Order: sequence, then structure tokens, then C-alpha cells
Amino acid sequence: MIDVGSFFILGILLFSIGIVGMISRRNIFVMYMSVELMLNAINLILVALSHHYEDLNAQVMAIMIIAIAAAEASIFLALFVMLFKNARSLDANFFELLKQEKHHD
Amino acid sequence: MIESNLLGWVIASVFFSSVFMMLISLYSKYNNDIPQKIYTLLGLGGPAVSLLCSFLLINDFLNTGTTVYYKAFTWLDIQGFVINASLMLDTLTVAMLSFISFVGFIIHLYAHVYMKEDPSYARFFIWFNLFMASMFLLVLADNPIMMFIGWEGVGLCSYLLVSFYFHSEDNVRAGNKAFILNRIGDFGFLSGLSLLFIHLGFTGFDFASLEANIHLIPSDTLTLIAILLFIGAMGKSAQIPLYIWLPDAMAGPTPVSALIHAATMVTAGVYMVVRFNFLYAITEDVGVFIAYVGAFSALLAALIAMRQDDIKKILAYSTMSQLGYMFMAVGLGAYSYGIFHVFTHAFFKALLFMGAGAIILILHHEQDIKKMGALKNKMPFIYAMMFIATLSISGIPPFSGFFSKDAILNHLFSSEHYLIFGMALLTAGLTSYYMFRLLIIVFISPSSKDKHLLSENKLINVTLFTLSLGAVFLGFINLPAFFGGNENYSLWLNLPDTHFHLSHTSESILLVINIIVACTGIAFAFSQYKNGSKDPSLGFLDKPIKNKFYIDEIYHYCFVKPLSWLSIFIVKVIDEKIIDSFIHTLSSRYQRLSYYTDAIQNGNVRYYALYMSIGIVIIFIYLGVSK
Repeated sequence: MIDVGSFFILGILLFSIGIVGMISRRNIFVMYMSVELMLNAINLILVALSHHYEDLNAQVMAIMIIAIAAAEASIFLALFVMLFKNARSLDANFFELLKQEKHHD
Repeated sequence: MIESNLLGWVIASVFFSSVFMMLISLYSKYNNDIPQKIYTLLGLGGPAVSLLCSFLLINDFLNTGTTVYYKAFTWLDIQGFVINASLMLDTLTVAMLSFISFVGFIIHLYAHVYMKEDPSYARFFIWFNLFMASMFLLVLADNPIMMFIGWEGVGLCSYLLVSFYFHSEDNVRAGNKAFILNRIGDFGFLSGLSLLFIHLGFTGFDFASLEANIHLIPSDTLTLIAILLFIGAMGKSAQIPLYIWLPDAMAGPTPVSALIHAATMVTAGVYMVVRFNFLYAITEDVGVFIAYVGAFSALLAALIAMRQDDIKKILAYSTMSQLGYMFMAVGLGAYSYGIFHVFTHAFFKALLFMGAGAIILILHHEQDIKKMGALKNKMPFIYAMMFIATLSISGIPPFSGFFSKDAILNHLFSSEHYLIFGMALLTAGLTSYYMFRLLIIVFISPSSKDKHLLSENKLINVTLFTLSLGAVFLGFINLPAFFGGNENYSLWLNLPDTHFHLSHTSESILLVINIIVACTGIAFAFSQYKNGSKDPSLGFLDKPIKNKFYIDEIYHYCFVKPLSWLSIFIVKVIDEKIIDSFIHTLSSRYQRLSYYTDAIQNGNVRYYALYMSIGIVIIFIYLGVSK
């Protein structure tokens, strides 16, 4: 029987990989995959804790997250298609509309 | 204690006539055919109603002798501190109201003729009536706060009227001067009132309660209050050192000068001191100080008046000089004599100014007495009127000015302040000298030029005649015991006068001295000017007197110049160099800082995710540490 601490360590590792991937990679697909990775890290921890405490609520929450992530995935993919149609690029650095315009005075 | 609406109407009629004229003249901006008659009706009707109301009130008062009150509304009520917009009529007020309403109305009639051709006829009467309303409020107020409103109103209207001919910059400057010097006085007055309020504010702030509670104030503070209030009087009543506005105030139309100098404004200071007699009676040192200020003002003004050439300026200085007498009297406790002199002065001074105005009108607005001369046969009536007024101001019996001035001089002598008495006596001599100099140069001494004269106006002559009756006979209402009377006016006024005993012999000697001094002045003037209007030299005093002792210049260099240097210093150094540069440095540094920080906002979503993660980490660290 693997103890719950190992699941925690694995979850934290997966989550950290997700954050680093999210920040360091420029391809929007990879960034999206990192987000999914983080979600699944959380799911892993939820399920492990559910088993540990013998409480099904956490599993319900994990299933909810999986369901929502699946719905998100369809919206995200549709967005990416539209984005690529308009900008011919999936480089995150290319999309910087929120940037502060420089004033030189 | 009676309540009477009439008291309110005295003020309201002049005030609302002013307001109505204002509205009508606003309307006439769009519809230019308002006949002048409407303004005449309102401008003269307001004071006429006031005069009627005052007459009824005074008549009632003389019969019953009961103080009349009128409360319009409660102005302020802050937890026991109550200021009522209320009016009061007691003996002192009756004394003031009688001549203000009467002489004021006469001057209004005169002003109607004087200003008839002026395009700003309406504007003139709007302010003229407002002036009257302020003065009525000043004397009728039953608490110092209401009095202060009238006090300020008088100051404002004098400013408006002095710079009435605002197309000339000099007139505007004269108006500003009057206003600013009055503001300095008002500052003192307001500070005095504030001190009074601090000590007595919550035990009632009307004159009666103040009088009842005045002993609660420590004597040091009382002295300070008395001096501060007197500073207000210095400004309003043109005493040293705040007098320099009065001669310049001659820039206004002549009826304004008559109103300012005779019935209103300048008497306000004397009235105020007498109204606060309960305060000044227990601060005798301040009283002596007031008397000295009055004495020096009287003498200085008389000296300057000796060599002035503008007919109105001579009269202006003579007003200041007579006001000096009033302050000598009230300073040394002779309140009723002070008010008596205010009363007689109103008549002969109004007569002098209106006579001067009549001459000015007839001579096509010529004011230089050196360019007049030999007018005796050309305008005999005005000559007679001016002669009466001049005799009255010079203190020749039996004219009214004699009785009031003699009463004051006797009081000064018997109070044993011989320096003040000496100055007052000298001033009396100088007064008759410079007044007869004016009279002789204008009417008697030969003139080479033949002048074209306009005709005299009947209405003006009627007004002059009415006032001359006052200038001749009014002295008899306060006939002293020496002449077989018993000072009925002083008895009736019933003010807390200080009385000194004076033996019958010394009284007769004083009387003779007073008359001799006045006659000497007349004789000097006559011998020097009967053959021509050239001024004989006064030796070393000649230059300073002609230049008004350089007081204007001294003030200019002592106050105006340093003040303008100070403001230049503040603008150029403190504002531009210190404050502006500080602000500019701060803003430019801030801008430079933002130049670096706005690199954070680069629009790149990956960085935003990083910031968010850092934020979350910091929150967790904080929660961990604080646990």
C-alpha cells in the first residue's frame, strides 16, 4: 500500500511542472496542456485524500473537475482555431494587446 | 417695551427701493425705455417712507419714552447662543435716527437735481439707497452682529459710491483706498467682537445683556477689546492713522460726500463708541488714548486744510477735524456732547457740502477755489448759506456749532487734560481760519476772469435753506446752564457722562477765549485774502502742510512698497523657485519611476501567470508565518 504522502509529492511535482510549463512555453497548445496537468495534479491529490479519509465527497469533486475540464477543452480548442485563423500564429508572445503603450515625454 | 413693525420699515423701505431699482435697471438692459421718473419715484420714495416711519417712531418715543423693539427673525440659535435679526430704538438711536433720516432725505432731494443729467442716474440711486439702508441698520441694530452687517454695508457702499465715476483710474484707486483702510479698521472691530463673544457669547449678545455682564470680563481683556473696537472706529471715522481715505473719497459725486460726511459713515465710529459706553466708561485709559487720537487728528487735519485748494478736500479735512472733537469728547466721558456735536455737525457739514456742490455745478464742475472768486454778487443766496454754515463750524455764537464745540471745549478744560484742551483750542482757531479762507477766496476776493455761470436750481436752494435752519437754531436744544438753559438734550440722552465741576467765572473766561480764538482765525483769514487768493508763506511749515505732511508718501513707502516687495518675493522665489520646483521634481521623478515599472505591464499572458503565481506564493507564506 502506497501511503498518502507519496501521492502528495507526486501531485506537487505535477503541479509545479504545470506552472513552469505554463510560464516558460510559448506555444498556446503546450500552455493549455500545462493547465490540464495542474488540474489533474489537483485531482490526483483529491482522490488520494478521499481514499485516505474514506470520504467520497472529494471524488465527486474530482469527477466534476474532469467533466468541466472536458467542456473547457472543447471551448479552448475552438478558440485556438479562431485565433489561428485570425492571426496565423499560436505564439503566446505574439498576443500582447494588453500591453501598456509607451509615452515618451 | 413695545414691538413695532415701523422699525423694520425704516430699513426695509430704503432697502427694497434699492432692490427694485436694481431689478428694473437689469430689465432695462433689454428694454431701454424705462423713464427716469420711475427711478426718481423709487429713489426718493424709499427715503421719504423711512423719514415718515422715523418721524412716527420718534414722535411716539418722545411721548412715551419706552424703548421699542422689533424682531424680524431668529438668525442663529446654536445651543443657547442666539442671534436675533432684531432692531431696537432707544434714546441714543433716536438721536442718530432723527438726523440720519432727515438730512439723508434732504441729501436725496439734492442728489436728484445734482445727478439729473448723469447717464448712471439709476446706478447712483441704487447704491445711495443701499447706503442709507446700511446706516439705518447700523444705528438700529440691537446686537453687535447686526451692527456689524450695517457697518460693512456702509463700507461697501462707500467704496461703490466713491468710485462711482469708474472710468478714471484715480477714482477707482480712491474707492479701493477707502475700502482697504476700512477693512483694516474692520479687522480690529471684528477681533474686538470676537473677544467679546469668547467671554460673553453665551449670556446673550445684545447690547443690554452685554452691558449687564460686562463686569465678568477681566480688566486686561476689557482694555484690549476697547482698543480693538476703537481701531474699527478709526477706520470708519477717519482718525489717525487710518484717515487717508477720507480726502480721496472726494472723488465721488458731491451728494455722496455730503452723505458720507454729514449723516452717515463717518459718524458710525462715534456712534459705536457711545453705544459701547458701558465698556469705555470702565476703561478710562483707553478713553484718554481715544481723546489723544482725536486731538492729534483734529489738529493735523486743520493744519492740512489750511493750504488745500480743492473746495471738497478742504471740507473733507474739516470733517476729520470735527470728528476729532467728537472723539475727544467721547474719550473723556462726555458722550452726550459727542453725540450733540455729531448732530449739529450733520446739519452744517451737509450744508457746506451741498453749497460747495451747488457752486461746482454752477461753475461747470470747477473745484479749485483759486479759480473761483468774487462770486458774492453772482450767487447771493448760496453765499448766505455758505456763510451761515461757515460761522456755525467756526463756533461763532449763536450758531449751532458754537454750542456743541463750546460744550466739548469746556469739558476738555475741566477734565484737566490741558494738552488736549490746548490742541482743541488751536484747532478751533485754525478751523475758523481755513473755513473763512475758503469763503473769502470763493466769494469775496477779486477775480480777474469772467466766468460763464449756469443758473441756480430752485430745489437745491430749498434744500440748502432747510439745512441752514438746522445749522442756525439746533444749538439751542442743548442750551447750557451758563446761558440760562439746563442742557435738555444731554439730560434727555441720559448717557453715563463724566461730569466735572467748572466755576461760573472760569466758564465765562473760557467762553470769551473760545470766541476770541475763533474771531482771531477769521481776522487772519480776512486780512490775508481780502485782496487776492494768493497764499502767504507759513515759513518752515509751508512745504509739509502743502504736501499733507507727506503722510501718503510715508504710508506708500512703509506699507504699500514693502507689501509689494513681499508679494514679488513670494511669487518669484517662494512660489516659482521652491514650491513649483518641488512639485516639478516630484512629478518628473514619479514619471521616471513609472517608466521602469510599466515594463511589468507587457501584455504577455505568460508573465501575468507568473505574477499571479508569485502572489499566491506570497499569500501562502504570509498565512504560514502568521499562524
